[in-house]
Amino acid sequence: MTDWGAVLLVAIKGFLALGAIMTIIAYMTLMERKVLAFIQVRKGPNRVGPWGLLQPLADGIKLLFKEEISVSGADRILYLMAPVIVTVCALLPFAVVPFGKGIVGGKFLGVPLDQWALGQGVLADINTGVLFIFAISSLGVYGVVLAGWASNSKYPLLGANRAAAQMISYELALGLSVVGVLLLSGTLSLVGIVEDQDRIWKWNCFRQPLGFLLFLIAGSAEICRTPFDFIECENELVAGYQTEYSSMKFGLFYLAEYGHLLLLSTLVTTFFLGGWQGPVLPPIVWFSGKVFAMLFFFMWVRGTYPRLRYDLLMQLGWKVILPAALFNIMITALVLTLIY
Amino acid sequence: MISLSHYLILAAALFALGVLGVFLRRNAIVIFMCIELMLNAVNLTFIAVSRYLQDLGGQVFVFFVMTVAAAEVAVGLAIIVVVFRSRGTIRVDEIHTMKG
Amino acid sequence: MEALFFYLFGGLSLISAGFVVFLRRPVHNAMALILTFFCLAGLYLLLHAEFIAVIQVLVYAGAIMVLFLFVIMLLSLEREESLQDPRGRLRRWIGGFLAVLVFLFLAPVWTLQVLPVLKGTFPPERVHEVGNTIWVARLLFTDYLLPFEVASILLLAAIVGAVFFAMRRL
Repeated sequence: MTDWGAVLLVAIKGFLALGAIMTIIAYMTLMERKVLAFIQVRKGPNRVGPWGLLQPLADGIKLLFKEEISVSGADRILYLMAPVIVTVCALLPFAVVPFGKGIVGGKFLGVPLDQWALGQGVLADINTGVLFIFAISSLGVYGVVLAGWASNSKYPLLGANRAAAQMISYELALGLSVVGVLLLSGTLSLVGIVEDQDRIWKWNCFRQPLGFLLFLIAGSAEICRTPFDFIECENELVAGYQTEYSSMKFGLFYLAEYGHLLLLSTLVTTFFLGGWQGPVLPPIVWFSGKVFAMLFFFMWVRGTYPRLRYDLLMQLGWKVILPAALFNIMITALVLTLIY
Repeated sequence: MISLSHYLILAAALFALGVLGVFLRRNAIVIFMCIELMLNAVNLTFIAVSRYLQDLGGQVFVFFVMTVAAAEVAVGLAIIVVVFRSRGTIRVDEIHTMKG
Repeated sequence: MEALFFYLFGGLSLISAGFVVFLRRPVHNAMALILTFFCLAGLYLLLHAEFIAVIQVLVYAGAIMVLFLFVIMLLSLEREESLQDPRGRLRRWIGGFLAVLVFLFLAPVWTLQVLPVLKGTFPPERVHEVGNTIWVARLLFTDYLLPFEVASILLLAAIVGAVFFAMRRL
């Protein structure tokens, strides 16, 4: 018998989490502009509201009221589906990321909290969590590829081809760089991985320094952050796959881009920085503090490094990062077998 | 109540659709997709039977089928690209000769 | 509940498999096939094969179909295929006939209303104790170790083959 109270509570929890994520994504755009401005000794947005705090709102309204342009000869259905796919794939993986410590036992409004991870600081604690994240994020590439293909235009197609090659290559490296963590914690559930890092010296960035480094590089290549942002690459490809999109359809791509950045930061936090674990302060504070530190790090990288060359990117992926990740797995497995 | 035979019928229908596609279509890539469809129908059978026999061997087998499918796709698509490069078409009824 | 999801995923997978066969543009075929894979992953979840369900999305939808799409875009196969081409009428009739034959050959399982439920080595209680993933992993690295290694050699051979074809200028 299905417990409808529990279903309702899960739905409410999901909506709350979604609202929080969307708000954070909106303010990440402001944060990025402010950080870049700070690095480039400018002031950044400061007209709309105090310190430019209402800027994301103004941007959103502007995007909503822009004219919808669609391309003649475009494949209508796929053209409209692409931004939706990208956005969904960017937001869905947050369901398995633990953001706080759980409450064991007890009831809320007559619903037992053990049911469906209701009492836990995660939306769904599934025992294939890591694979789930990789599966969903690997689907994001369809949105990019379809956007480029359905636009019926040169530059988007080139951007989409690059995106497909880049994402497939780096997905391998990204997956392999986490395997060391999985070997250490012996589970695919993200909750289990966080619970495994319960002391500061057990955080995986200390036990898996090579894996940590590789994950950072492969991760920013996978989400196409600036040193690796060949799929939009404004001086070669105009804007890559999203050239022909305008108004809110472009807004969705923009949202997905920052959604990916937020997801990468939460994943780095969960896999390597101990998730919500930490002394004294409450778990949610630790978690958001680490996530924002990682966000700042990625923005700092964007403000500092120039873009690579495309062939160098592929060489880096296949000839450096992939072998290094395999080496890391072998060393970890060897050490583990020697210890146990 | 959903029984094993429901799943088997569904798998049979998917397999038959795959067979139909192989005969109906002339584009090598689409034919390839129909073959993948047939493989998946077989996978569904494996999983359903493994559930009803309470034996995980079927799931392991599906894992291997997926490995083989991945290898097959890598080589198959490479062949298709090479054929397209040398003949400019991948319609199977326009490719008569074995020699390039 | 189970019946609802079965008919939802099953029906959707049949419809999208139909699209794979009958839609004309290869890109649409590929998208329909991805939808089919998703529905099958849903069915695997219903059958309590969580690991295989996720792997299905990861490998088939996430990797294999990206390759298909990549090749379709690379070759820009825009020529639409006419299903009314008179040249292949005989072949189409044979195909339809064979498909029906295959279905009729496989379908008599309909009559097997209830198979005797065997007490297998992995009853649901035992699997749910530690989760489906761990059991599949244990089987893979113990009983099925040799096939596992053979599969990895197969993948290596496929990589070598693909690189060989890609390098050759015909």
